[in-house]
Amino acid sequence: MKDVMTSPKLHDCRDAFVAVLERLGAEDPKIVAVCNDSVGSSKLGGFKSKWPERLVNVGIAEQNMVGVGAGLANGGLLPFVCGAACFLTGRSLEQIKADIAYSNANVKLVGISSGMAYGELGPTHHSIEDFAWTRVLPNLPVVAPCDSIETAAAVEWAARYEGPVFLRLSRVGVPDLLPAGHIFEPGKANLLRDGDAITLIANGTVTHRILKAAEILAGRGIEARVLNMATVRPIDVEAVVAAGRETGAILTAEEHSVFGGLGSAIAEFVVSEAPVPMKILGVPGIFAPTGSAEFLLDEFGMSPAAIAEAAVTLIARKSSPA
Amino acid sequence: MQPNDLDRVARQIRLRDLQAVFEAGAGHIGGEMSAIDILTALYFRVLRIWPDQPKHPDRDRFVLSKGHVALALYVTLAKRGFIPEDEISTFLKPHSRLNGHPNCNKVSGVETNTGPLGHGLPVAVGMAKAAKLTGAAYRTYVMTGDGEMQEGSNWEAIASAAQFGLDNLTLIIDHNRFQQGASLKDTNNLAPFPVKLEAFGWDVTEINGNVMNEIVPALEKRGDRPHCIVAHTNKGHGISFMQDKVDWHHKVPNAEQYKIAVAELSETL
Repeated sequence: MKDVMTSPKLHDCRDAFVAVLERLGAEDPKIVAVCNDSVGSSKLGGFKSKWPERLVNVGIAEQNMVGVGAGLANGGLLPFVCGAACFLTGRSLEQIKADIAYSNANVKLVGISSGMAYGELGPTHHSIEDFAWTRVLPNLPVVAPCDSIETAAAVEWAARYEGPVFLRLSRVGVPDLLPAGHIFEPGKANLLRDGDAITLIANGTVTHRILKAAEILAGRGIEARVLNMATVRPIDVEAVVAAGRETGAILTAEEHSVFGGLGSAIAEFVVSEAPVPMKILGVPGIFAPTGSAEFLLDEFGMSPAAIAEAAVTLIARKSSPA
Repeated sequence: MQPNDLDRVARQIRLRDLQAVFEAGAGHIGGEMSAIDILTALYFRVLRIWPDQPKHPDRDRFVLSKGHVALALYVTLAKRGFIPEDEISTFLKPHSRLNGHPNCNKVSGVETNTGPLGHGLPVAVGMAKAAKLTGAAYRTYVMTGDGEMQEGSNWEAIASAAQFGLDNLTLIIDHNRFQQGASLKDTNNLAPFPVKLEAFGWDVTEINGNVMNEIVPALEKRGDRPHCIVAHTNKGHGISFMQDKVDWHHKVPNAEQYKIAVAELSETL
């Protein structure tokens, strides 16, 4: 693990995605990219210039895009279907259900600019419902990497995994947190910091924020466990149960609605396997106001300082659960 | 197989379909009867397929986008040797592989899961595009209902098939003029279809979709653009009292009606 306080360099995880896609694409001619007029926003320009015929652009037609992806897989190809997460999941959810997950099509869905990456463009372009929509579907791993290293590792894994995958990427810069050479294991959380007072769990663009929150807590003599949990489905039940039993309180934070996302997925197991006080931070069930993703995350109580405060409040409930 | 033999097979499939609907107490018999002649021509004459190698990479693809007539596909697949014929009696029973809409992971010969309408054509476009990208020689066929064409996703796919130059794709619209609740005309009348498909850059052939001598040449037609067959069919075709009656979209015959229908279909076997 790196010291995030002294590693300020931020990375756009789309760069890691396309770097791996192009490397794998050179090895495997079956890899094709499918997009909805999103060559630029998905950063597929390099792929397109290398293999123009392997870039299948269906135009602004997401339902067709996902169906075409399923058909390409049926024809023996390995499609990465890329589009803004809000449209990819919202517009074509039924295609994701029937054509991809239920049909078990070997298609990799890549939601770009997820969460509130398009903050100022408003709630139509926010994708803060996609965990809820996708994680309820059987047979569809849902993965939100926390940095460029995990993004690269997850793309590598997805290409080799036989079956549907939803990769949820952002465009908001994040520091590298995981060690170089990290190998992605689906359904396995990464321990970024150990402690016994509370467990902080996040993924995607929020992991580095909980790590900073843990540093603030440490400055106050509170040792928090920090887990990066990229895989929202299947959830790492073992890590969740251990967090409950060993630290007695769980705080989650995500660039998603508080309803139906990472926190909810964790709570489903906490309630039955290790009931402890829990707090879910995220977008509080509203259409977000105007602002950048960073501004909105702060606004919704996910600045490192606010996360630390929420953790202190939650820890107090351990001794007086009422 | 020649048209006369295909007619005989189609009547056998109709009879088995009717029996299965009667026994299961459910099904979509009207749209099954309208589609069976085309399914028969595909599976017993046109498609290059190997029932013992259902995933053979060079197989022609057929997608039943109007997945609610799954039973007609199951009976056809069984008769063609993809699944055991006696399994048809499990249709809709608990834990049967044969539910009301086809499942490609359970039923050999099914290419993709359909049921919600407007899904099969985009997937078929992907299949045809894959053949173009890999140089595969297989051809892709997809059947939709005429009411199903009201789903906007079909028109997204129609546009991209033309854009991609998919001369290896055939869309068959089962134009039986009725949807679940009423006639197409009284609901959202997309007819006439040919002018619309032609405007998108497709070749169009209009046929009587219940006449083998018209079905076979249309399915075997090759050109340099995506091909749409507008198949004028009769809902409930082959059973006089069902024909062109909207009620028979998913009605189940009573014992007396069943006897009459069996007699009508058996006469010509």
